Amino acid sequence: MLEIKNLHVSVGDREILKGLTLTVKDGEVAAIMGPNGTGKSTLSYVISGREGYEVTQGEVLLDGENILELEPHVRAAKGVFLAFQYPVEIPGVATMTFLKAAMNAQRRSRGEEELATPELMKRVKEAAAKLGVSQEMLRRPLNSGFSGGEKKRMDILQMTLLQPRFGILDETDSGLDIDALRVVSEGVNSLRAPNRSFLVITHYQRLLDYIKPDTVHVMAKGAIQRSGGPELALELEERGYQEYLGEEAA
Amino acid sequence: MIKLATEADAAFSSFFEEMKGQGATGLRQAAWEAFAAKGLPNRRVEAWHYTDLKAALGKPAPIASAQAGMREIARAHDSVRLVTLDGVFRPDLSDLALLPEGVKVQSLREALAQGAPGVMALVASADVQAEDAMVAMNAALMQDGVVLRIAAGVTLGQKIELATYVSSQDVQSSFTRAVVVLGKDAKATIVETAGALTAAPAQDNQALILRLAAGAALDLVTHVSGQSDKLVRVMSLLAHVDEGASLSSYALVEGAGLLRRQIFARLNGEHSKVALNGATLARGRQHADTTLVVDHAFPNGQSRERFRNIIDEQGTGVFQGKIVVRPHAQKTDGVMQSKAILLSDQATMNNKPELEIFADDVQCGHGATCGRLDKDQLFYLMARGIPRYEAESLLIEGFANEAFQGLEDETLRGFLLGRISSWLAARSK
Ligand SMILES: Nc1ncnc2c1ncn2[C@@H]1O[C@H](COP(=O)(O)OP(=O)(O)OP(=O)(O)O)[C@@H](O)[C@H]1O
Ligand SMILES: [Mg+2]
Repeated sequence: MLEIKNLHVSVGDREILKGLTLTVKDGEVAAIMGPNGTGKSTLSYVISGREGYEVTQGEVLLDGENILELEPHVRAAKGVFLAFQYPVEIPGVATMTFLKAAMNAQRRSRGEEELATPELMKRVKEAAAKLGVSQEMLRRPLNSGFSGGEKKRMDILQMTLLQPRFGILDETDSGLDIDALRVVSEGVNSLRAPNRSFLVITHYQRLLDYIKPDTVHVMAKGAIQRSGGPELALELEERGYQEYLGEEAA
Repeated sequence: MIKLATEADAAFSSFFEEMKGQGATGLRQAAWEAFAAKGLPNRRVEAWHYTDLKAALGKPAPIASAQAGMREIARAHDSVRLVTLDGVFRPDLSDLALLPEGVKVQSLREALAQGAPGVMALVASADVQAEDAMVAMNAALMQDGVVLRIAAGVTLGQKIELATYVSSQDVQSSFTRAVVVLGKDAKATIVETAGALTAAPAQDNQALILRLAAGAALDLVTHVSGQSDKLVRVMSLLAHVDEGASLSSYALVEGAGLLRRQIFARLNGEHSKVALNGATLARGRQHADTTLVVDHAFPNGQSRERFRNIIDEQGTGVFQGKIVVRPHAQKTDGVMQSKAILLSDQATMNNKPELEIFADDVQCGHGATCGRLDKDQLFYLMARGIPRYEAESLLIEGFANEAFQGLEDETLRGFLLGRISSWLAARSK
């Protein structure tokens, strides 16, 4: 279970998250929708431990433990996974080398034996085939020269291999073509499990047709303004965010 | 005429007295005069601005003499090896019997003693020594080395390693020179190894002269390493690349003491190609300088320079690169790129790429960057569970490996990448 309690986060002098509170239960898929620049990516970075954000108040608890002081790789070892809005290109690092390092780091942290290369290759190939990630992409340096959609698939491939406890999908649908959206959504759905939860950040109902959320949350002005069921997403689609922006919209 | 003031000058002068009877008198005399006119490079000499050789060579060590005992020298890869040890070519440590067909090898000492004009022309470096005092010094004082000739049309299936080591426990100066000649359309891979089997602070001045006849193609893989933080090593590569010939060079420099690697590459005919790649690793108080001049003297030439510097602790890296395009060298295509990563606050990098273009129809560019590891890349890796130190190592390794992407020989590539990994494994956390 992930609990975000009264989270205040600043970048420089500017407060971006202003008392955000949200609980995602085990097995739950929670969707966050909200206008551009409202702090959705900021929230996902703060949960996963990126530098440069100052938490001035509040906490983020994973299964009751405050994770905000932990280094990103320690959070990852505890099961936090972020599928990036903009996955980074790393031209010098071969994709397979990276996947091997990530999978084995995770196994080490759990006290498991490292995987031998052939077994690892087998797992990667199987998962890649399901997600439409080609062998050719696997041979290239990580995300290097990948199209926007290819990068998103590569992130979901990593999520499939790492089997996180808490997955954050930050606009995974943006940049995906219609078929890819379906394939990637199926990938995510197949990971749904009673002990695994997801935070799905998106602007469009379309993704939520495939990945059916249990809860939908409207985020605006750095906080959750309203929570509800799947019907809330449909309402937002109709009416937009005006009513949540209050004076700021004027 | 010749002013000799300092202790160092006096010592080099006595070395010249010692060497001038060892063959090639005229060549040595001219080189000595070129050296004496300039003296040891100090920081006021533009090309040596970042490397104070005069300070480093204040007390020249005596000229090296051959070490008596046979030594076993470990092999790093499957090359036919020719060893020059402490200034002396060592047939007993070399694989002369394994040399492939079409290859002729002679020791430099013997070649100089015979003084055949055709060979002396290959050994000479008059053009460059007018520019650079250390090449002049090397020509004046050269003790021994290898003259290797690959016949026209021959494609070598075996790679040949020119290994030059210092091994003496006594502090010595060595002056060695190797010449590699590729006949028309010949193809070869040569490995240049500059190493140290001793922790004594040797003073080493080496030159490698490459002469590629028309249509020849050479892959040159250089590995430089040492043991002492007081080692002073100057390595000069003089490359003459004729019409349609192509040189690809890949160098891994592992810092040790003060190292200067300088390259003088001349594209000596139309449609010739030069690609110079290198990665430098420096830590501690090491100083590693790569300075190169690529001289486009004919039209339609292509040059690519790609250098990566990784500087940790209090290390210093230097990259100075100059692409010269002469007035007739139209349609020259040149791209030079030098990037550095500093791993500590005390690390220093001096990056100075330059273009000197005298032709109007050319495509040349250069770029130089210097910075820390990319934070977004680091976060991406850590967010996947890879611990910081390991994530940094992956990024550094990837950065260094970019210099060796074009190297086709898998064994050599593996060897260089393995050295980079070992260097990283020794990095303090
Ligand atoms: N490092 C930073 N420096 C300055 N401002 C920042 C920084 N990071 C985020 N911001 C600002 O914080 C606000 C929230 O950004 P964030 O990326 O979290 O929005 P978002 O809700 O994900 O938007 P979108 O829907 O467009 O992805 C924006 O106004 C952004 O400009
Ligand atoms: Mg965003």
